[in-house]
Amino acid sequence: MAEASSLSRAEDLSLAASRPPRGLWSDAFRRLRKNRLALAAGAVLVAFTALAVAANYVDAVQRHEPEVQNYDDVFEGPSTRHFFGTDNLGRDNWARVMQGALISIQIGLGVQVIVLIIGILVGGTAALTGRVGDNLLMRFTDLAYAFPDLLFIILLRAVLTGRDWPVLGNERIQMILAISFVAWVTVARLVRGQMLSLARQDYVLAARALGASPARVVFQHMLPNTLGPVIVAVTFGIPTAIFAEAVLGFIGFGLPPPTASLGRLVADGYIYMQTNVWIAVFPAATVALLMLSFTFLGDGLRDALDPRTR
Amino acid sequence: MSGYVLRRILWMVPLLWAVSTVTFLLMHAVPGGPFDNEKAPPNVVATLEHRYGLDQPLHEQYVQFLGRLLQGDLGISFQTQEDVTDVISRGFGVTAQLGLSAFLFAIVFGMTLGILSAVNQNGVLDYVGVFFATVGAAMPNFILATFLVVIFAVKLGWFDVLGWEFGNPRKMVLPILALGMLPAAYIARITRASMLEVLQQDYIRTARAKGLQEYTVVVRHAVRNALVPILTVAGPIFAVLVTGSFIVERIFAVPGVGRKFVEAVLARDYGLIMGTTLFYALVVAVANLIVDILYAYVDPRIRY
Repeated sequence: MAEASSLSRAEDLSLAASRPPRGLWSDAFRRLRKNRLALAAGAVLVAFTALAVAANYVDAVQRHEPEVQNYDDVFEGPSTRHFFGTDNLGRDNWARVMQGALISIQIGLGVQVIVLIIGILVGGTAALTGRVGDNLLMRFTDLAYAFPDLLFIILLRAVLTGRDWPVLGNERIQMILAISFVAWVTVARLVRGQMLSLARQDYVLAARALGASPARVVFQHMLPNTLGPVIVAVTFGIPTAIFAEAVLGFIGFGLPPPTASLGRLVADGYIYMQTNVWIAVFPAATVALLMLSFTFLGDGLRDALDPRTR
Repeated sequence: MSGYVLRRILWMVPLLWAVSTVTFLLMHAVPGGPFDNEKAPPNVVATLEHRYGLDQPLHEQYVQFLGRLLQGDLGISFQTQEDVTDVISRGFGVTAQLGLSAFLFAIVFGMTLGILSAVNQNGVLDYVGVFFATVGAAMPNFILATFLVVIFAVKLGWFDVLGWEFGNPRKMVLPILALGMLPAAYIARITRASMLEVLQQDYIRTARAKGLQEYTVVVRHAVRNALVPILTVAGPIFAVLVTGSFIVERIFAVPGVGRKFVEAVLARDYGLIMGTTLFYALVVAVANLIVDILYAYVDPRIRY
């Protein structure tokens, strides 16, 4: 114990001579701040999410009920009364697009929560328990990678449709589960790979040699070091999930009407493409904005957290 | 080499078995059956289900299904009473036309852009290329299709909004662009990175030093060596094309296999769901195998 503290004192001295120590996170944040595109994307996302929340819960911003039909105002173009125009049933597109945007963001984030929990659990277990668990995970990933995700998601989505189970009966949660079904594989593989390579690092050996319990080694020393790539994967996972939700809505497996998911809005607008392009253009532009912003943010985070990949 | 290929082909058998079993279970877990439309009286539904063996316990249906599958019989489509193999082989031609044209477009366009970007590093062309690669990789195909249709079909009237006809540009360009843009963006990104690395190699300096034209240096010396990393994404790109095909086919009403899959799930058409799913799994598996064999061909250092 005495030896360890004198060692750390010696380290302090040598560092004091150079500059204040910088941790992984402050260093990454410094690099992220230099990436203007990623910062702009982050700002856009924060602003847009705030707008979407406001437009769903504050009447003054929402202005019209998204599901109320008004046959006096069908197929209107953008105006000060209807910012994004109206659809074939006279519903206000602004309110509908904002409802869809909030759903997209909820599902994008919700999927990542599930993916993180399952991914870290399975990936960590596979790496730490060795052989059997590891083989099982690898065979499953083989299967998942050999197969177009969207096919599985569509099937699973169809399986979960219309069940009135507690909690799982919620349509949005069903959607989140269906999309997470394949998405966790990437994170699990990542955590497994990181854990396996970290287990051979000197500082892990040192921690073991100092008598740290296996749990302490895993949670204090190894897990924090897997986080960089995992955060990046999760950030890129958000636009992928938003895309999956939009596609499902687009081909008719989305949330049931009259709920306005962005994909369904584009699909509905598509029918009236020849007469009124606005119905499809606004939700399509919203999907594009969300996906691009999350991707740019992900690019920035990747460069910030792993400078070697530049 | 042939041993490796044989092992890979054998590995496809358990893979396809796993895919078919998972699909079988999921498919039968979907609430409702293929004959559940409200018009048919219950005794008609019961007769139909009996005729197709749907009233038997699940494990017996599974055994029968596997037995038929081994003989290459995918059953019939409940909607149209046709053999699933016929439906698929009819759609396959169109799906292959669309998929391969998009693949070709992605390779030619993506590589050209990537090479131009790398050769003009930090120039205007480079910024254009990087911008395209970033935006293209994040743009969902149905969103891209929407914008393409709004601009080029509705406003400008250059192309048709719907349909597919091989050899008719009015009906081909938009579906190919919608399907191929994402892979093109991937390829552009990888090509640029790979070319930048190769262009720093000593043998490129040697080639320039001995007075070769820049064109020869880039095309003969650099591009050939930049090919391997591009091949690594060819497998994933096939998966992207496959996934994209059933969205793009649905948008443009292309009569291929992808559109059939979506229709099949909506109609609980068990035979057709299984057929299309296995078809896609097989396409992806074969594509991955071809890519792995090509590796060894492009990079002689790789041995299996």
